[in-house]
Amino acid sequence: MLKAFYYLLLRDMRLALRSRHELANPLIFFVLVVSLFPLAVMPTPERLQEMAPGVIWVAALLSVLLSLDRLFKQDYEDGSLDQLMLSPNPLVVLVLAKVSAHWLLTGLPLVIIAPLLGVFMALETSSLSVLVWSLLLGTPVLSLVGAIGVSLTVAVNRGGVLLSLIVLPLYIPVLIFGANAIDVASDGMSVRGQLYFLGAMLALALSLAPLATAVALRITASR
Amino acid sequence: MNGSEFSWSEFFAMGGYAFFVWWSYGLTLAVIVLNIVMPVVQRRKVIKRVKRAIRREQLQE
Amino acid sequence: MWAWIQKFSSPKYFYGMSAKLIPWFALSALLIALYGLYLGFFVAPPDYQQGESYRIIFIHVPAAWMSMFVYVVMAVSAAIGLIWQIRLADVIAASSAPIGASFTFIALVTGSLWGKPMWGTYWVWDARLTSELILLFLYFGYMALQASIEDQRMADKASGLLAIVGVVNIPIIHYSVEWWNTLHQGATVTKFDKPSIHIDMLIPLLLMALAFKLFYLAMVLVRARNEALYRDRNRRWVRELVEKL
Repeated sequence: MLKAFYYLLLRDMRLALRSRHELANPLIFFVLVVSLFPLAVMPTPERLQEMAPGVIWVAALLSVLLSLDRLFKQDYEDGSLDQLMLSPNPLVVLVLAKVSAHWLLTGLPLVIIAPLLGVFMALETSSLSVLVWSLLLGTPVLSLVGAIGVSLTVAVNRGGVLLSLIVLPLYIPVLIFGANAIDVASDGMSVRGQLYFLGAMLALALSLAPLATAVALRITASR
Repeated sequence: MNGSEFSWSEFFAMGGYAFFVWWSYGLTLAVIVLNIVMPVVQRRKVIKRVKRAIRREQLQE
Repeated sequence: MWAWIQKFSSPKYFYGMSAKLIPWFALSALLIALYGLYLGFFVAPPDYQQGESYRIIFIHVPAAWMSMFVYVVMAVSAAIGLIWQIRLADVIAASSAPIGASFTFIALVTGSLWGKPMWGTYWVWDARLTSELILLFLYFGYMALQASIEDQRMADKASGLLAIVGVVNIPIIHYSVEWWNTLHQGATVTKFDKPSIHIDMLIPLLLMALAFKLFYLAMVLVRARNEALYRDRNRRWVRELVEKL
């Protein structure tokens, strides 16, 4: 079972690394969206700082959303998803492997580049680490919950808008706590509560979302 | 309104809040009516559709 | 027991049975609503803080209650449909969504119209209004998914699962919104402090809630009958029934 997890993870990573430009797209989108905001308003440091948590988190949400299609769509179309579902390994584990690969390829790069965007948005150095922590705990939840959405819409042609309609409302708690952690950090207060909440959501999503995704795939992807 | 004398104009004025109160009730009524009308229309459509299918099958036979 | 459920949940039986129930639900909804409105407008005294404007409560609060109640009903019947493969449960879930969305819409609009005289603006990012807005999005997501999958069985199961995921998420969303709200809205002057509600106001409020619930029951049956007809459009009982019409 662990082996299956490991091999599927490796396979997805390899496949994704073969088309690097596609991999870079969500990341570029993330940077681009955040850098639009200073152009749209008067970029005084105070104002940017005030907007920074919300802007960075919303941009992260959207770029994860954009990348979600890659999670199952291609495998569904070329039939390898059917093969996975026929395999004797529990589907939950395979789903978890695919979601982990997705996070390593899209969530983690966002976390790594986020401090740069924090600097763009005039965040103080002290809150940069909170930014990284909140994204580190929050983005896996986005991948996990997003997986439910993609698996439900995998059989729908042009399901892009539908996917965002389904997934974005479910992202709201992560957005609230993630953005608030940075907000509170720039006021110099303790962010422990917010990070604990994000951690709790991660634990909950980690235990329930793969189950829901597996059930959803059995419903939508069986032909 | 407190028992002494009732006037309809005073009632409709809603103590100055007429706009908000009556718009609330009006829109609610509109949504409810829409909720009643839509299934009725829907039902006619379904029945028409089934009837057409029956006729088509009879023609084919 | 199982045979009984099978019989009762067959679309044909349901179609006949529901026809007898609908007039009762609809009529009692109407009568109770009329009595509730009479008490609400003519018996209940004006509020000592909000004057007459509080009378919006008699539709706003029941609509908000119903918006959540219907979502739970939808998720429960979707779960029944998923687990025990009872088709009628899927029909009920699918028929509930538009009604629930309507109640959510009513709660939002009346909340906003009530908010104007109370807060000074039509929209405030108040915890309850925000939760209702998100709930409306959840309904839309369910309805959009249901509509965009061609295969009826698959559409039922997929959107049913979404409803269940939604119902797990609603408390999380609700409490995070509430928590977020206390942080950001702390300074807003609100006249919505919760005094113990006067009994003359409470009775019409509860009556209206009952009327809304009966209205929902009537309408969900009407819609479910349509769905049952449509889904069984190629079966004999529908054919025979339509030919008589």
